[in-house]
Amino acid sequence: MTQGSPVHEPYTEASQQHEANMLGMFIFLGTEIMLFGGLFAAIMVYRIEHREQLIEASKRLYLWIGTANTVILLTSSLLVALAVQASRAGSRRVGATLLVASACMGVGFLGLKGIEYAKEWQEGLLPLTGVRHAFSGPVQELFMGLYLAATGLHAVHLTIGIALMVGLSWRVGRGSLRLPQKALTVELCGLYWHLVDIIWIFLFPALYLVR
Amino acid sequence: MARAQILQAILIWVLLLILLSLTVGASFLPLGRMNPVVSMGIALIKASLIFWFYMQLKKERGLVRLAALGAGAWLLILFLLVSSDVVTRGSF
Repeated sequence: MTQGSPVHEPYTEASQQHEANMLGMFIFLGTEIMLFGGLFAAIMVYRIEHREQLIEASKRLYLWIGTANTVILLTSSLLVALAVQASRAGSRRVGATLLVASACMGVGFLGLKGIEYAKEWQEGLLPLTGVRHAFSGPVQELFMGLYLAATGLHAVHLTIGIALMVGLSWRVGRGSLRLPQKALTVELCGLYWHLVDIIWIFLFPALYLVR
Repeated sequence: MARAQILQAILIWVLLLILLSLTVGASFLPLGRMNPVVSMGIALIKASLIFWFYMQLKKERGLVRLAALGAGAWLLILFLLVSSDVVTRGSF
């Protein structure tokens, strides 16, 4: 909650202000969910239309990298949840450390994703222009196109999340973001981070675990 | 930081990792057409845990919970209409 945070116009009480803040953030997150929802709908249609070939295409992805990346993101969400608690308790140093640690896990995720892209690029499985292609057929090419679009869009979101976490950590560490009065800022950025994690939680089975 | 809250966050993390190993394990079972039901079902449970505990929906009131779940309702409509088109195409 927003204990200690001053109540601004037009709100009359802290709980009302808190609810308005959360409502705004969750509606924004809803637009993000809908953005990815279109991609998930496309994956679903492919799966209904070309089940057998999609299973073959999915088996070519690096399951261990996808699984390792899921572990990384789940752990980063734990760190962010703890950082929010630390901010509410007013522990500046713990909060800043946890935020920067979660940003580092995000960078680790992107690093592994980069290795994965590089491997697929070498195998001719990334549908990019000017690259030698080695697709088994049009279905695999379409699947890899969706894979690239979905994971690429997710990586963009994660990059924004990393920038948010680094910026927050810097401000919390320096004391320019006063805690616990401004814990709400950490909380709202945390919500964004968790949502990026949740999107990956669905992308992982939709792409890697098609059997 | 309250000890109980830290323990709860860690417990949720352990649960999430167990669910992840379950979903990866289940993908090696010959589930056939049940495969997406199982994997997406486990993903839904994981997302619910994060929404409820990490995103603190359990502490919010009805309006915020409704806003958080709203997108899910719209997605359901999207998936239902799209899949009903794809599944029945060519059969009429």
